[in-house]
Amino acid sequence: MSNRNDHLKNPGRRKFFVNTAKVGLGAAATFELGYNFMPRAAAAEPIKVGIMHSLSGTMAISETSLRDVELLAIEEVNAKGGLLGRKVEAVVEDPASDWPTFAEKSKKLLLRDQVCSVFGCWTSASRKAVLPVFEKNNGLLWYPVQYEGNECSHNVFYTGAAPNQQIGPAVSWLLKNRGKKFYLLGSDYVFPRTANMIIKAQLKAEGGQLVGEEYTPLGHMEYSTVVNKIRAAKPDVVFSTINGDSNVAFYKQFRNAGITAKDIAVMAVSVAEDELRGIGGSVAEGHYAAWNYFQTVDTPENKRFVDKFKTRFGKNRVTDDPIEAAYFQVHLWAQAVAKAGSTEVNAIRAAALGQEFKAPEGLVRIDPKNLHTWKTVRIGQIRADGQFNVVYSTNEPVRPEPWNRLLFPNRDCDWTRGGTVDAKS
Amino acid sequence: MTSTTFLLAQLFNGLSTTSILLLIALGLAITFGVMGVINMAHGELMMLGAYSAYVLQNIFVKYLPEHYFGYYFLVALPVAFVTAGLAGWLLERTLIRRLYGRPLETLLATWGISLILQQLMRQTFGANNVEVRSPGWLTGQLSAGAGLEFPYLRLFIIAFTALSITLVYMLLFRTSLGLKIRAVTQNRAMSAALGIRTRKVDAYTFALGSGLAGLAGCILSLMGSVGPTTGQNYIVDAFMVVVLGGVGKLAGAIAGSFAIGEFNTLLESFSTATMGKVLVFALVILFLQWKPSGMFPPKVRSLD
Repeated sequence: MSNRNDHLKNPGRRKFFVNTAKVGLGAAATFELGYNFMPRAAAAEPIKVGIMHSLSGTMAISETSLRDVELLAIEEVNAKGGLLGRKVEAVVEDPASDWPTFAEKSKKLLLRDQVCSVFGCWTSASRKAVLPVFEKNNGLLWYPVQYEGNECSHNVFYTGAAPNQQIGPAVSWLLKNRGKKFYLLGSDYVFPRTANMIIKAQLKAEGGQLVGEEYTPLGHMEYSTVVNKIRAAKPDVVFSTINGDSNVAFYKQFRNAGITAKDIAVMAVSVAEDELRGIGGSVAEGHYAAWNYFQTVDTPENKRFVDKFKTRFGKNRVTDDPIEAAYFQVHLWAQAVAKAGSTEVNAIRAAALGQEFKAPEGLVRIDPKNLHTWKTVRIGQIRADGQFNVVYSTNEPVRPEPWNRLLFPNRDCDWTRGGTVDAKS
Repeated sequence: MTSTTFLLAQLFNGLSTTSILLLIALGLAITFGVMGVINMAHGELMMLGAYSAYVLQNIFVKYLPEHYFGYYFLVALPVAFVTAGLAGWLLERTLIRRLYGRPLETLLATWGISLILQQLMRQTFGANNVEVRSPGWLTGQLSAGAGLEFPYLRLFIIAFTALSITLVYMLLFRTSLGLKIRAVTQNRAMSAALGIRTRKVDAYTFALGSGLAGLAGCILSLMGSVGPTTGQNYIVDAFMVVVLGGVGKLAGAIAGSFAIGEFNTLLESFSTATMGKVLVFALVILFLQWKPSGMFPPKVRSLD
């Protein structure tokens, strides 16, 4: 697979052309609007930020929308006069779904472009690949996707859910509303395996029962055997951490085998509105997903956000949880820069701690100790039109816990005390 | 569910997997097996077929009354065949014919083509997967009691694959075009000397293989995802079937997909999906150590 990206590793003129071509028309239009509306701020040197999402390769399916919405948010910031009298300029990089390329692009953004923050990544593998680069060069990564936890970095703002803001509440809700018998099904990589460790600990603690656990390779397309095993195990619930294209195959073949959500409910943590467009709402109708945001969330901020998104990118496009997090994290960053009065990394980080924003999902707040985000937890039931009915929602934003309480009872992430702390030591 | 019904269901699933693998590999058995072209863009030709289903579905939803929707898939099948076939024909005329006998260059060139086709779809239809809905007559399942269910879609795929392979056999062994194809691939120089326009036959053969890939893509759009990278999910399986079965023989493709389909399904039922794949790969490698030219090695008179 690596030969496909070799041309990207050659710095120089060719790289410029490749990137320009890949950023494409959408981005070009955005930049132009930014320039035209900003004659006043254009005089000063722009504030440079990086956007680093895969626009080609397997992950382009998910990450392209994040690039779009981050550019939209930057445009909003510029339309309000920019920051510190300067306009914000995005340097867009395409790491092409290749983890080493993510690390290389981060280096380029931090060292050559000298950006003060990078909005980027989707998969945990890509985040793990860039983490050392950001820590070594003291950069700031804003990471908008829910993840498996067990991380505590001073150089990453996590604006997606920690496990206790998505997986934990989903398990509790299922135990209360759908039954005790769980079948765990996931793709075979770090996120599902870590998530299932947490789920198993929770089932033990809350009186659930594990009747099966299965992992399929990424890109797996033949689910007949898995469906047959599920049928034989007779669970009340399938907790799915399948990621990517396999989801389409799984839901289609699950439904085809004649199993409906009334018989066995599937709870997913990687299926949102964007993925449902490829699966088809009617195929997955009645099943559940746990997120912090759904397009149907009823807040005035969300109504404005959805309207703006659809006007800009088309009626058929949908918003979802990672898209929303990618959007509000740009605004959190902008508030931090305004408060810091500087584009220096340490100043931005200090100012970002405790920063609040009225996001489409409701109020979000950056935790001053662990750099994760306080978020509302919701569970949605899939409708035939590919949208969700919110069937459960916390009244208030939930505090993020990067280290799971059951698995690591003594461990905490607290940067006022130097990072990861173990109570024993 | 008893263990007997579980096993019966697994045997059926194995048959279903076999039919899907055979459908995926049938086109490749012609372009790679018969013509010897290592076509890395085979998956993308399947993707073209899948997108044909998507486009046809949208046309039916938009322009025809609702009760016609069920028929869209029947129209999509020939459209997918023609679309992918035309793309294959173009590919052969412009690129592949210049690379016959140079397998490494062909591999790289078709790999490039696959990336171009992926990006083309991404620009046209967006990076997201798109939804292809099953027509009503393919949803639901035949119930045999005791928890044994046979989905109509899987039954349809088995029947369709059987029909396709019969038609391909008849084409190759009962028509004059088939005779020419076999003649050209066996002895190009002699066929040309006897007045067969070999270049034309090459183009037709490649188009046929590509068209079959399109058909497979169209059908699998009902089982799996439809997006720019869809083809990548199938390409490895396709090559594995053809190599295991024996390059150059259609019977090989049938035997290869049956062996992989049943073994994979049975091994997966006693282990896990990942382990099942690993074991199948290991078995295929062991088998090829023992019989390097596959289950049905082609009889050749020349010394390779």
